[in-house]
Amino acid sequence: MSSVSIRSLDVAIGKVRIIEKLDLDIEEGEFVVLLGPSGCGKSTLLHSIAGLLDVSEGRIEIAGTDVTWSDPKDRGIGMVFQSYALYPTMSVERNLSFGLRISGTPRNEIKARVDNAARMLQLTELLHRKPAQLSGGQRQRVAIGRALVRQAKVFLLDEPLSNLDAKLRSELRRELKQLHHELGATMIHVTHDQIEALTLATRIAVMRAGEIQQFDTPDNVYARPNNMFVAGFLGSPSMNFVRGTLQPDGARVQFESAALRVDVSDYPFANRPAEARQAVLGVRPEHLRCVGPDLPHNAQATLGLIEPMGSTKIAWLNAQGTTLAMQVEPMAALTTGAAVSLALDTRHVSLFDATSERRL
Amino acid sequence: MGATVLVAFVASILWTLRISLSNSKMLPRNDWAGLDQYARLFGSDRWLTALINVGLFGLFFIAGAIVLGFLLAVFIDQKVRFEGVFRTIYLYSFSMSFVACGVIWQWMFNPTLGIQRSLHSWGWDNARFDWIATQDMAIYCIVICVLWHSAGLVMAILLAGLRGIDDELWRAARIEGIPRWRYYLSIVLPQLGPSLGTAVVLLAVSVVKLYDAVVAMTNGGPGDATDVPTKFIIDNLFERQNIGLASAASATMLVTVVIIVAPMLYARSRANAAAGRK
Amino acid sequence: MTAAVPTGNTLSPRPRRAFLTPARLGIYAFLVSAALCFLLPLYVMGITSIKPMTEIRAGNIFALPLAVTFAPWAQAWSSACTGLECNGISVGFWNSVRILIPSLALSILLGSINGYALAYWRVKWADSFFAILMLGAFIPYPVMLYPLVRMFAMVNLFQSIPNIVLIHTFFGMPIMTLLFRNYYGGLPIELFKAARIDGGGFWRIYFQLMLPMSLPIFVVALILQTTGIWNDFLLGLIFAGRDNYPMTVQLNNIINSTQGEKVYNVNMAATLLTSLVPLGVYFVSGRWFVRGIAAGAVKG
Repeated sequence: MSSVSIRSLDVAIGKVRIIEKLDLDIEEGEFVVLLGPSGCGKSTLLHSIAGLLDVSEGRIEIAGTDVTWSDPKDRGIGMVFQSYALYPTMSVERNLSFGLRISGTPRNEIKARVDNAARMLQLTELLHRKPAQLSGGQRQRVAIGRALVRQAKVFLLDEPLSNLDAKLRSELRRELKQLHHELGATMIHVTHDQIEALTLATRIAVMRAGEIQQFDTPDNVYARPNNMFVAGFLGSPSMNFVRGTLQPDGARVQFESAALRVDVSDYPFANRPAEARQAVLGVRPEHLRCVGPDLPHNAQATLGLIEPMGSTKIAWLNAQGTTLAMQVEPMAALTTGAAVSLALDTRHVSLFDATSERRL
Repeated sequence: MGATVLVAFVASILWTLRISLSNSKMLPRNDWAGLDQYARLFGSDRWLTALINVGLFGLFFIAGAIVLGFLLAVFIDQKVRFEGVFRTIYLYSFSMSFVACGVIWQWMFNPTLGIQRSLHSWGWDNARFDWIATQDMAIYCIVICVLWHSAGLVMAILLAGLRGIDDELWRAARIEGIPRWRYYLSIVLPQLGPSLGTAVVLLAVSVVKLYDAVVAMTNGGPGDATDVPTKFIIDNLFERQNIGLASAASATMLVTVVIIVAPMLYARSRANAAAGRK
Repeated sequence: MTAAVPTGNTLSPRPRRAFLTPARLGIYAFLVSAALCFLLPLYVMGITSIKPMTEIRAGNIFALPLAVTFAPWAQAWSSACTGLECNGISVGFWNSVRILIPSLALSILLGSINGYALAYWRVKWADSFFAILMLGAFIPYPVMLYPLVRMFAMVNLFQSIPNIVLIHTFFGMPIMTLLFRNYYGGLPIELFKAARIDGGGFWRIYFQLMLPMSLPIFVVALILQTTGIWNDFLLGLIFAGRDNYPMTVQLNNIINSTQGEKVYNVNMAATLLTSLVPLGVYFVSGRWFVRGIAAGAVKG
């Protein structure tokens, strides 16, 4: 069992409370991504799990053992850092074996583990090179190898892709995902890049100001965000938000605003509104489309800026003062200033309370 | 005007070399003595003593300064409170002149009124600390004096080197369970190569240039016990009026310095070129 | 799925963590004892200089004075004997000042111009010139002494203030040039190019663009040169002339050429007086001093 369980965690740095009463349960073999903007506490959480930071209160369990106050080396973890932190004056082979040598592992055991890790990560030919002579991808593999030879139960990754250029980043992302499939290890990965989170994770924990906003599969976090923060954080360009009112009308419910009118009677409300209330409607650019002027539509808008993205185009529309982004086919004929009619796919809208920003 | 300075530099070196190959005594003579002066030089007891003295001094001084400077730098790097205060204390001695250093340590080593006397007055009646008056030990007094003066420099250089090391390396080492002292030994020290090299070269150069402290502290004594090459040269140049001999000694000194410094400069320029070519 | 809450106590108790572990204690012990060792001579100097001679003869070099007197300081300043004259070390102080100021001005200015030229005006032989200049920073003085003595004697300047000033400038050139070249080389070259496009020539760019931007490095140069020139002994001894001996030479005379009993408290007072200027520069400049060392030490 190599699950991770966190209960009621309080972490403070100096006098500043970064994390308060945080709970998190990660199952064996999962690839969990801690996602959030700078300063949200994701790195702090990771470093607390690693034991590099002392917690104030709470409990951390790894593989069923209480490790809240254990030294990092006794937690059964391996860590990959942003700069990979490979020992620059040692060869790859020594980098992998150094920790084992210190802890007194017998020599043939060390050799067996190093050879095994090198084979799995395709590092066998590189064992005698120094880190400066390796490419970014190779360095990442050595960093992971260091955790492998320690037979870590949980791999912690601290933004290992953030320092790379876009092309290398997507290559290494795929390698990482591939590695996870082969190893089946539990991995906790910190990043601020939502694309990375969506592609790599089995579950994403979206964090903000030290709190987990939502902990769910990528599909759910994307399609059914818990609040406006999560909704706006995932997806590029981000979800369109329109303020308005929910008007219950017998069995039906209408969403009304200056910009658009939508029938949301089939929306899966947690509590169906009994009376009119302020709300925010969220709809993603890919769920808007142009319709002919005679067909039923939800809004009227004028076309503003058009951003070609290669495989799609993003059209920016002005609907009675509200800016909306819409995804269109690359071949669509569009002219700036044209008046268009818009229809929403009501199966994919989200409704949020106007004050609490929580999902309704 | 940079060019004139350069010309002056080179010209004076060449001039010295020329004199070293002549028979000059009080005034320069334009004759040719071949390597006579050098033979006389290395046959002279006083010169050989000076060489031994400076060699001993160099050995103990450089080793001591590097070890002490390294320890100071490492300990200060441990996120201690009052780091600024400690640093200020270790480095202030470097701002003092060698003459002042020599004078103050001469006073402290004074057999009748200095440390030896204090030891007696504290009860160790038979304690002896009159190194400064002893033939064999006087040179170590100079070592202590210059060590006190310059250890701070080594600390400053190595501390700068330490600060240039990636923080994450220590975190990675912690995860692997590597104890702190081992981390410094196996991971930090190898990376300090360039800084250590710089420090050693600077120390070596001041070993060769040693003069002020010797004059102030012991004036070469007792006897020849703390005589050093620079003093030998100055004495021969101005007091003994033996210019040829002094020039030969100077030339020897120059060659020594070049041998020490040139490899470092060469390695530096190679490293710079490699970095620039990236 | 969220797992069930673990049975038993949900929160593990915090183990007692000592604030001062033995390791921490050891670190501070080492640092403090080292600090005491470094401060000891200063302490001894200080108390010796305010003790009357009776106490010094009687006792313990480390003991605090019973009767504090500042007479030694007055004596050191105005009546100590430096060889044949007995006018105190104040003579040396003013000599050092007269040597320091022109030397500072010349060496820093010339070094700055040189550094600027090497950094921006690419001449073919600039790099080899620079390499030789650097080697020059390491050459021990004795090697060039005699020729320099002869050269200055030839122009009738030997052993005078102009002589020593020029000598200090000469020997200061390598380090100053290095300092400024590295500094100017670190500035964005676009500034220089923009000035060229605007029509600036060598001198105009220097005075109107480079000089105003050079304040930080001038401070560093000032610190390095002040400390180096004020503390110099050998060059002052040879080139300044008997009437112009700097403070360090006077100090050595006071201490090592008195006949009869040495007046230790006066000696220590004189030493402190001599060290006041560089110590003052050190304590005032703080971080800049370290920067100066780093700049001088990282040659090339």
